[in-house]
Parts: sequence; structure tokens; C-alpha cells
Amino acid sequence: MKKESRFLCLMTLFLTFLKVGALTFGGGYAMIPIIHKEVVEKKKWLRQNDLLDILAISESTPGPIAVNTATYVGYQVAGFWGSLFATLGLVIPSFTIILIISTFYQTFMSISVINAAFKGIRAGVIILLINAVLKLKKTVKFDAVAIILFAITLIGSLLSLFLNFEIKIGTFKVSLSILFILMGMIIGIIATALSKKGGQKE
Amino acid sequence: MIFFELFYTFFYIGLFTFGGGYAMIPLIEEQIKVHEVAWGVSSEVITDFIAVSESTPGPFAINIATFIGSQAGGVFGAICATIGVVLPSFIIILLIAMIMKRIMKNRFVKGALAKVGPVIIALISYTAINFFLKMFLYQGHAVNSCDIAFDRASLAIFLTVGLFTIIYKKEKKKGLNPILILLISAVLGIIVFQ
Repeated sequence: MKKESRFLCLMTLFLTFLKVGALTFGGGYAMIPIIHKEVVEKKKWLRQNDLLDILAISESTPGPIAVNTATYVGYQVAGFWGSLFATLGLVIPSFTIILIISTFYQTFMSISVINAAFKGIRAGVIILLINAVLKLKKTVKFDAVAIILFAITLIGSLLSLFLNFEIKIGTFKVSLSILFILMGMIIGIIATALSKKGGQKE
Repeated sequence: MIFFELFYTFFYIGLFTFGGGYAMIPLIEEQIKVHEVAWGVSSEVITDFIAVSESTPGPFAINIATFIGSQAGGVFGAICATIGVVLPSFIIILLIAMIMKRIMKNRFVKGALAKVGPVIIALISYTAINFFLKMFLYQGHAVNSCDIAFDRASLAIFLTVGLFTIIYKKEKKKGLNPILILLISAVLGIIVFQ
């Protein structure tokens, strides 16, 4: 690739994901229609199927879907530098806006009307969390093992809240949530090893 | 050193955030409790910040990393926390795109990830219960204190908005926009508390 066209390509990646980052509210799946329009329809960097593959990968790897998609698309289009420019483009709008908000945050929250509004919002946020649980519930197969894992995690977390206990290795405080996630992975691997190999491809 | 601390804390939050934004709340809460004094951020901030993040563009993970980073260590703190939270995804996706597309089809990888799902759902459920208790019963006091105050006004707002969300979903066959849910809650908050 020529130097000039490569530079142009990187700038287009950067600007496209800058737009995605600036226009998507709510994060996660809310970004997908805009990513689809920009990346598949307008720029034709990916086909419909590629995007579905990326979403599947994003769902099963850690990190925000938008970051995962930007990194992946960037790499497909222009290699390592492509992924770097695309990801930077995506991050910059959030970063800038939140940095500005953060500066005025204390002053803003001390206004009494705002304070009252946020007291209401704290109740509303719980509805958002319940919505997230209901939505995610559909994506998981709840067999016996999954139900047990769910119960252990929920009860364990609540116990740690009420009893205020912590797990320490030396002076290092172990994160209970990460412990539960690792437990899920290990049990998943064991369950796979125990399940019959037949009937499963690869 | 606070900048390095912000970087590696958010790096490891990013590494264990499966299933999108809200799944990271319990992780962030744990870390804030550990670093409360050094960062000057209390875990109360998280609930308010969910609302801020919902009404500004961009993924929740980036928003909250930038916010906590800047509260704790100014612009450079924000940069360290944000790079920290993005880097694990960046590296993992880069590796998958470069060499390991097939690893996602491996049955052990699939099996491990299948059982992370229920854990994540339990963690978010826990967060909802935790926030519920904080909002209505404990009024910001320590959870294990005996000083229980029951906040009827907040409960009324919760029930009103919840009911409205359910009815909307039944009637329109699609969920109510999160920003709208928060807007209604904010207006009710002003009416009730102001």
C-alpha cells in the first residue's frame, strides 16, 4: 500500500469510529445499528456475516463490545495501526466529555434541584439493572450447573455484604467477583471435559 | 503511585468484564472500597454515575474509567485508567484477529464461557439488590449498622417507574429507552424531594 493512501485509510478509520463513539448513547448493543451503518453499508469494510462473527467474539471476550468491534475492524482494514487508530477514535469522544463533566461534578451535584433529581434517579437505576438481568437471562442456557453457579454467586455476594467478610492472601485482598468468574470458567471446562465427546463438532 | 495504581486496577477490571457495562459495577465497587482514601471517591458515586453515563455517549466502561481516573488523579489519572480498561480488550481482540480466530470455536473455551454467563447475571442481580437495600433501607449508613430508616418516597418512585416500564413493554412490545426511564425518575425525584 502506498504511504499516502495508507495514511488516508488510517484517518478514515479514526474519523469513522470517532463518529460511532460520539453518537452512541447507552453503550453496548445500542451501538450496533450505527456500527452496521458505518462499517458495513457505507464503508463496506465488512460483510454482514463478518459483523455477526465479531459480535459473537465480542460477547465472549472481556471488554466493551464497541472497543472489541473497533479493534477488530481496524485490524481487518489496516493491520495493527488500523486497530490502534479505530480504537483511539472510539475512545476520544467519551473521554473528552466525561473529563469535562468530572471537572464540574462536585459543583453540579451540590445544586439542590439536581440533588433531588438524582435521588429519584437512584431508584430508576435499579430498574435499569433489573432490565439488564432480564435481557442477559435470555442469552444463557440455565441448566442445573448454571443454576447452582448463579445461586452460589448471588448468595456468596450477599453474605459478603451482610457479614462484611473479605478474603485475603497475605496483604492482597482477593476480589470476590473475580473469584466467582474464575469459578464459572473452571466448572465450565470441567463440565465440557466430562460431557460426551460424541455429537459435538471440534 | 496513584497513576500506576489506577492503570493496573482498571486493567484488571477490564480483563474480567464480560457481558458489558453493568457487569463491571461489583468489580468497581470492590476496588473503590479498597482505594477509597487514596482516590477520594466513595462507592456512592457509582449509582449517580450510571445516570451520567447513560446520558452521555460512549461505552459505560470507558466513561466510568475516565470519571474515576480524573476524580482520583486529574487528566493524567483519567488517561491511565482509560488506557487500563481498554487495553485488555484491545490485546485479546488483536490476538484473535491475528492468529487465533479458531480458538473461539474450541469446545473448552466455549464451555468455560458458557458458565461465566450465570455468574455475571448473578453479579448484576446482586448489584440490583445491593442498590435497592442502600436506597430504601439504609440511607447511606453502613449496612451492618442498626440504624435502619425506611425511605418510603424512594420506594414509591421505584414502584411507579417499574410499573410504568412493565406497562410500556406490554403495550408497545419493546423496552422503554433507558434515558427515558432515568428522565422520569429524575422528574419524580424533583417533585418528591424538592
